[in-house]
Amino acid sequence: MTSHVPSVKLYLAVFVALLLLLALTVAANYMSLGRFNIVIALMIAIAKMFLVMLFFMHVRYSGRLIWIYVGVGFFWLGILLALTMSDFLTRGWPPFLGR
Amino acid sequence: MRTWTVADSPTMVAHQFDDATQQQESSMLGMWIFLATEIMFFGGLFASYTIYRTIHPAAFEAASRHLDIVLGALNTGVLLTSSLTMALAVRGAQLGKRHSTVAFLIATMLLGTGFLTTKGIEYFQKYTDHLVPGISFAFPGPHSRGAEMFFYLYFAMTGLHAIHMIAGIGVVGIMTKQMARGRFTPAYYTPLEVAGLYWHFVDIVWIFLFPLLYLIGSRA
Repeated sequence: MTSHVPSVKLYLAVFVALLLLLALTVAANYMSLGRFNIVIALMIAIAKMFLVMLFFMHVRYSGRLIWIYVGVGFFWLGILLALTMSDFLTRGWPPFLGR
Repeated sequence: MRTWTVADSPTMVAHQFDDATQQQESSMLGMWIFLATEIMFFGGLFASYTIYRTIHPAAFEAASRHLDIVLGALNTGVLLTSSLTMALAVRGAQLGKRHSTVAFLIATMLLGTGFLTTKGIEYFQKYTDHLVPGISFAFPGPHSRGAEMFFYLYFAMTGLHAIHMIAGIGVVGIMTKQMARGRFTPAYYTPLEVAGLYWHFVDIVWIFLFPLLYLIGSRA
């Protein structure tokens, strides 16, 4: 079976990047950025997720079929969150109907 | 009693597959489908969290201050390290290094146990601080109801994650035993790689739980 074997150096680089992102997200929490606090925290979390998936989980070295299934997982999560919130946030819109 | 495994076949390929590569890709694909269902499993809790944080933004921020950011950040670091040791274990199996693979798998289990120990200390602190809804909950001030919902979600989300950690440690334990017995070779190590996918997935769930529970708003 031929399978890509990433180098130890690459794994260590990914690990150091993950720790730096962890330090960054904790540091950002001590800054008052209003609503951007949650935006920055989530963007850092997504960056960490990509590092883990692409390298530790070998998605970068996997075939297109795996990419589709990984994408589908998040697409369905997107449907769950987007449709739930589009209902929840728009209740009472427009305010004059049925009131 | 010993059951037949694919490692017993001379070619290491079960008869329904064309070759070892197709067999390995099928296992990986199956695991990713399972992980997609796991994303939805946790997704329900993340959706509940989003709704209740929208209803009680100030209460969620006030309640979040009662979580220990030092222990939370430490545990995130421990889990990220365990992902590194898991990735190095899979790499060791790919290269046929039996002893270092076993050592990395044991390190992964120890780090996972360390994570759960810290989590247990945090749970105990929540109990002594009267922050466990349904058992002992008191949150003086205007945010009592919202904070109670925050702690319901905190225990549900971290609890479900902890159950996954316990399962993961068990799976890694089985992999350690099999690796030590020489079941895996550079030609066949799929169960170990699939176990690795599970471990990294549980790490990713925590990567999101940490900012969503510990880092609400700002401490400035």
